[in-house]
Amino acid sequence: MELRQKLAILADAAKYDASCASSGSRRRNDGTQLGDTTKIGICHSYTPDGRCVSLLKILLTNYCIYDCQFCVNRVTSDTPRARFTPAEVAHLTIEFYKRNYIEGLFLSSGIIRSVDYTMEQLIEVARLLRYQENFNGYIHLKTVPGASPELIERAGLVADRLSANVELPTQEDLDRLAPEKSRQQIEKTMQEMAGQILASGEEVRKHKSAPKFAPAGQSTQMIVGATASTDGQILQTADALYRRHRLRRVYYSAYSPIPHGDDRLPPEPPPLIREHRLYQSDWLIRFYGFGVNELTTAAEPNLSLEMDPKLSWALRNRDRFPVDLNKAPRELLLRIPGLGVRNVDRIIQIRRHQSIRLDDLAKLRAPMRRIRAFVITADHNPEALRIDRDDLAHRVVTPHVQLELFAAAGSARTGEV
Amino acid sequence: MYQLTTDRDFDRWRDLARQMLAGQISPPQILWLDREDEPSLLSNTALTPPVSSQPAAQTRVPREYLDLASKVACHRDPDRWNLLYRTLWRLTHGEPELLERVTDDDVYQLGAMERDVRRDRHKMTAFVRFRQVPAESGEEHFVAWHRPDHYIVRLTAPFFRGRFAAMRWTILTPDDSVAWDGHTLHFGPGVPQSQAPQADELESLWRTYYANIFNPARIKIAAMKKELPVRHWSTLPETQLIPDLLAEAPRRVEEMTRKSRENARPGSGPRSSGSARPGDAAAGDLYSASTSPETYASGLPAGKAATFPWTAEPFIPQSRSLKVLAEASKNCRGCDLCDIGSQVVFGEGPHDAMVMFVGEQPGDQEDRQGRPFVGPAGQLLDEVLQQVGIIRDECYVTNSVKHFKFEPRGTRRIHAKPSSREVSACQPWLVREIEVVRPQILVCLGSTAAQTLLGRDFRVTQRRGDVMKTEWSPWTMATIHPSALLRIPDEALRAKSRGEFEADLAKVAEQIAKLKAG
Repeated sequence: MELRQKLAILADAAKYDASCASSGSRRRNDGTQLGDTTKIGICHSYTPDGRCVSLLKILLTNYCIYDCQFCVNRVTSDTPRARFTPAEVAHLTIEFYKRNYIEGLFLSSGIIRSVDYTMEQLIEVARLLRYQENFNGYIHLKTVPGASPELIERAGLVADRLSANVELPTQEDLDRLAPEKSRQQIEKTMQEMAGQILASGEEVRKHKSAPKFAPAGQSTQMIVGATASTDGQILQTADALYRRHRLRRVYYSAYSPIPHGDDRLPPEPPPLIREHRLYQSDWLIRFYGFGVNELTTAAEPNLSLEMDPKLSWALRNRDRFPVDLNKAPRELLLRIPGLGVRNVDRIIQIRRHQSIRLDDLAKLRAPMRRIRAFVITADHNPEALRIDRDDLAHRVVTPHVQLELFAAAGSARTGEV
Repeated sequence: MYQLTTDRDFDRWRDLARQMLAGQISPPQILWLDREDEPSLLSNTALTPPVSSQPAAQTRVPREYLDLASKVACHRDPDRWNLLYRTLWRLTHGEPELLERVTDDDVYQLGAMERDVRRDRHKMTAFVRFRQVPAESGEEHFVAWHRPDHYIVRLTAPFFRGRFAAMRWTILTPDDSVAWDGHTLHFGPGVPQSQAPQADELESLWRTYYANIFNPARIKIAAMKKELPVRHWSTLPETQLIPDLLAEAPRRVEEMTRKSRENARPGSGPRSSGSARPGDAAAGDLYSASTSPETYASGLPAGKAATFPWTAEPFIPQSRSLKVLAEASKNCRGCDLCDIGSQVVFGEGPHDAMVMFVGEQPGDQEDRQGRPFVGPAGQLLDEVLQQVGIIRDECYVTNSVKHFKFEPRGTRRIHAKPSSREVSACQPWLVREIEVVRPQILVCLGSTAAQTLLGRDFRVTQRRGDVMKTEWSPWTMATIHPSALLRIPDEALRAKSRGEFEADLAKVAEQIAKLKAG
């Protein structure tokens, strides 16, 4: 088969993977190599689905012995199949990289023969790139759950980032749709990686020249909306994974209809805004001091699609508002709907020199409609007196939910809530 | 009033600014310019700056300010030098904490300019696309042409030096250029786009990748355009695919859901056919959803969600009068084609016509005149009808899709095939026309009409001229579309196909004669 046809098939097969990050790794070029990595990755292009293209994201092969129902490459799908040789992937990566199309490679694969055989093939590509092609750019390798610790170690030494996908939020979901996968096995692999990352970090602190293991850490991906699991359950799982395995990122990927899908899957994809709300909640948990249980309730186990999770939390907890922008501590400022981390820090900086007024907020480009009812400023703010009114939700929610939907991608990246 | 020229050089501005500060020259007394030849309203009053005999006084400003100023200096706004001197003046005249007051008008503007420059630098690192050019030494050489918004080549060159250290490369922009020879960065003047290399053979592989990594089930145009501003598209090889990818997306999504539905039926789908195993020699049908899309129209408004079905159904009145139906069709909004600026071309002919011809869609001429089959294809049809003895005025002539779909190319409007989603949206109109006319003879011209009425897997090439009894008419036949005849480049093949077309229509004439006789 021609290289172009393989590329078409194996890129198509990889497009359901949400992650494209190329950040978090610092590799300097010694002057003889091709490539380096920067702390903040670069998105070299965008496709009309609003997703960025920063890595050559492909499968080594889409043949697979597994039968995960949500996956287009499962054994019982009649999707067209192809398989790259490791040298072909290395060639494509190098040539694309030289033309500045990409930041590096994100390589995944269907499971062929066995878990360990598949893992060895993935490592072989990275090894070729690093040692034969002198490639110093970003490499993200998918770790196959259940791979032997020895192979995981080898993978971590050539890759910047590793990831094992948790796939679905709960074990029951896996039982239903991915019969060969178990949460226990996936987490065992995550734990293996977390241990090696931690150990390597300590080594590098002691001796600068110590080999780095997956310097950009590990991530995972969860498919949202393929099963009935609630946002509450999804966030519980994400929170547990962050804490147990020190993940850098959990990616939420709205289930997208696949050709030849199974009838156990929902006929319609979930609204893309749901994915966006999960990313917002993820950020609230990691950077805004929210507890996972504060974002959904037993009565409403799913996040609101109409308003962002911080705003809906604030509407449920009106007794804590309005907050005085000139006096409140940072933790409280972070809880104000419409204020992101950056603006909170700016407010703290400005108020050392002058008191904060409403037009300062406007200059910080804070969303006034959302924020007004929740703050006290140095000047008169009549909206703050209306905090207890029944129609508050209508007064603060921007009517153009549609617009927010478009803003979703950017927001998911920056975490600005 | 002093007029000072910086030559777009931050270091030069810094030297001059030091001298001005030492001479206690306040901001309103200075007009800063990028270049000497810049037109100045104040040229009459301008004076040359005082050359201080003493070394410039040591002025202390925060390192943070110098860093910020060196970035702002790269902004294209000609007023930036004045802003920089004004903030420098304020910092050294009683407001040392100025930079912390980010909502101050001047500081706010500095910040905004710094953000513009930072974003522009980031976009340069992302959007420079190298093209390989033949080098005499045999060494690979890569050249890119890029159009930054600001004067950022010097600021951004070190990034490319770090990343592509082992490569020889040149980046050309309208204002500056930079080349790396493996040891040193060489800066030079700007270069027009016409001097950039025109192609690289890898670009078609890159486009293959781009087309296939795109998920047609999620469309977020605004998000894409925000991060990939349209003004950069001309230098990005992949962006020429975007209109096609968007136009194709609804059809591909429909295809996916159709395949899913087929799967849901027991006994069909992958469970029976899913034998693909690692090592299988053949990889199945390459031209399903995973191959790169063919070229389709780009006249569609972008950004419509792609998940709901389109249909004309709600726009069709109860009436059985063709006149009323034709009038109502003008208000149809069953699909997006009503937004592309062409008029509805409804069917035409007697309501009790014996024969009905169904084509694909109106073309340029039909759209201008508002009548079906009046362009070149219509003339060919008339010619052959006359030849075999069919009177066109006795026939009802219509199309599967009632709008002209096209791709603008200069002043011309090039025909674009309607997507299956548009065809299915428009189908209720055709069905109603058939219900009213109840033709005894129905002729589908071309594959769009044939597949609309006879099923998606109907192949005109294989089953042309076959007479069938269908739910639409007791005597149904499909043949070649006359416009397809016009497009066959090979003369011999064209003559052969024309013969087949004539033979099919002769069969129709025969059937008309038979029906009229008996």
